[in-house]
Amino acid sequence: MHDSDSIGIVTPQRVCFDTPLSLESGAILDNYEQVYETYGELNATGSNAVLICHALSGNHHVAGVYADNPKNVGWWNNMIGPGKPIDTRKFFVIGVNNIGGCHGSTGPASINKKTDKHYGADFPMVTTIDWAETYVRLAEKLGIEQFAAVVGGSLGGMSVMQLALHAPERIRHAIVIAAAAKLTAQNIAFNDVARQAIITDPDFHGGDYYSHGTLPRRGLRLARMLGHITYLSNDSMAEKFGRELRTGSLSFNFDVEFQIESYLRYQGDKFADQFDANTYLLMTKALDYFDPARDYDDNLSAAFHCAKANFLVLSFSSDWRFSPERSRSIVKALLDNKLNVSYAEIHTRHGHDSFLMKDEHYHQLVRAYMNKIII
Amino acid sequence: MVKILSSLSLSRPDFATIAAWIRPGSKVLDLGCGDGTLLQYLQETLGVHGYGVEIDDANVLACLNNGINVIQSDLESGLSGFESDSFDYVILSQTLQAMKNTENIIQEMLRAGKEGIVTFPNFGYWKNRLQVLLGHMPVSQTLPYEWFDTPNIHLCTLGDFEQFCHQHEVHILERRVMSGNRQITLAPNLFGMLAFYRFTRR
Repeated sequence: MHDSDSIGIVTPQRVCFDTPLSLESGAILDNYEQVYETYGELNATGSNAVLICHALSGNHHVAGVYADNPKNVGWWNNMIGPGKPIDTRKFFVIGVNNIGGCHGSTGPASINKKTDKHYGADFPMVTTIDWAETYVRLAEKLGIEQFAAVVGGSLGGMSVMQLALHAPERIRHAIVIAAAAKLTAQNIAFNDVARQAIITDPDFHGGDYYSHGTLPRRGLRLARMLGHITYLSNDSMAEKFGRELRTGSLSFNFDVEFQIESYLRYQGDKFADQFDANTYLLMTKALDYFDPARDYDDNLSAAFHCAKANFLVLSFSSDWRFSPERSRSIVKALLDNKLNVSYAEIHTRHGHDSFLMKDEHYHQLVRAYMNKIII
Repeated sequence: MVKILSSLSLSRPDFATIAAWIRPGSKVLDLGCGDGTLLQYLQETLGVHGYGVEIDDANVLACLNNGINVIQSDLESGLSGFESDSFDYVILSQTLQAMKNTENIIQEMLRAGKEGIVTFPNFGYWKNRLQVLLGHMPVSQTLPYEWFDTPNIHLCTLGDFEQFCHQHEVHILERRVMSGNRQITLAPNLFGMLAFYRFTRR
């Protein structure tokens, strides 16, 4: 893919934290490693740092390509780079892999130094609060007192909000895209079906499949197929696949007949080859647990009382998994606290996945907002 | 910036008129804020803290480019996103005449804010009357649309609006009537092009 605005070749970096991390669950992670990438230059006062928080299956590889694999383009390459909406000529952009992840930061597939074995089922539950604390630690390590902006979509958007509540002084602008202040019962239900697909896979072995030399591929594949359906809209699926048949005629068996089946199975297979099932379980739980209003009698406005950041909240009209209505409730809480907030509802047909896509208006909004940030 | 603002107060006398009614540092909600220039003006001249509400995509983008808070929302569905009594002023500038649900928006303005400010083109302006008399819908500086493409569905005169307020428990605090950058005091319903009202709950 030729992309003249791309940041080009990037290299992941790794930092070890040996101070124990107390997790929301009560568990303690004695030490952990965090991988991240950076693009652009941190200015002398450290005032131009932008943190990108990833969603369920994302990671630290946000923009650019790897020297040894030029096809591995960062997941938000259309948004971040020189001259792009999040302009690396102005900002020092950091992509981070959350702990519990499977792309280099300490997670269930990592080796537990205490046992010299994979963590597997022993890896503790991690939440957005825990991640917020790791972001603060990373900022300190990089010499950043306050992020100019923290940006994320979906679970990433929830991580942004959590940081704004956990460490209000650390974040000047929060860009929350296609997110919600908590999951609905329907959303938790989808997550649980995905988890059940993984957990009931005979190759799962209670999460310790590494030592059994197996991978719960079938479960992870199903989980991803289900998830994928919910990230698209009915319209975009109809438009892209309709009832189109692969061979042109019905074959009256259970093989792939409709193009949508082919697409979903392909997506499921691809994902099952690349992603760790335990991480998928953890990430879905982090989504389920996110609910900053829980400690405030379900009063989201009270939960946001401590926030100080300026907010940009964006939603997509066709996103039924994190609908505009959910974003509006975030906006309401911000307004109730008289925080600076702007909100736009972007008309797209691509469902929840819209936040990853290149839509001109969407990108113009982010560009306009980022341009106004004083560094 | 100061230079730009002073030229804005000359080119947009309506901005200066509204600004004269607003206490510095107050909380302002600007409904149908367009590209946000009024709110920007109020922020920079009076240090107000405010939000604009706008439905149009291009205007929402323009607001972000102008560095003001904007909430994309349809005014016709009310102001449920805003707490009662959370603003000192709720402004509806040259938008009233394009609203379907006039009664609701006035009530909502006075729910969310302590005071409301509306501006609208006076349909009773003599040139409008003359054009109607000559057999045509008026087209003018304040009513720049043809009858077939106008967004204005609820045009009114000063008299109409004042009657409306009387019937809807709305107490008018102040009125100003302008023609260009001139204030009109003599027969305003005839000579005024643009009407400004500041009002509160009775």
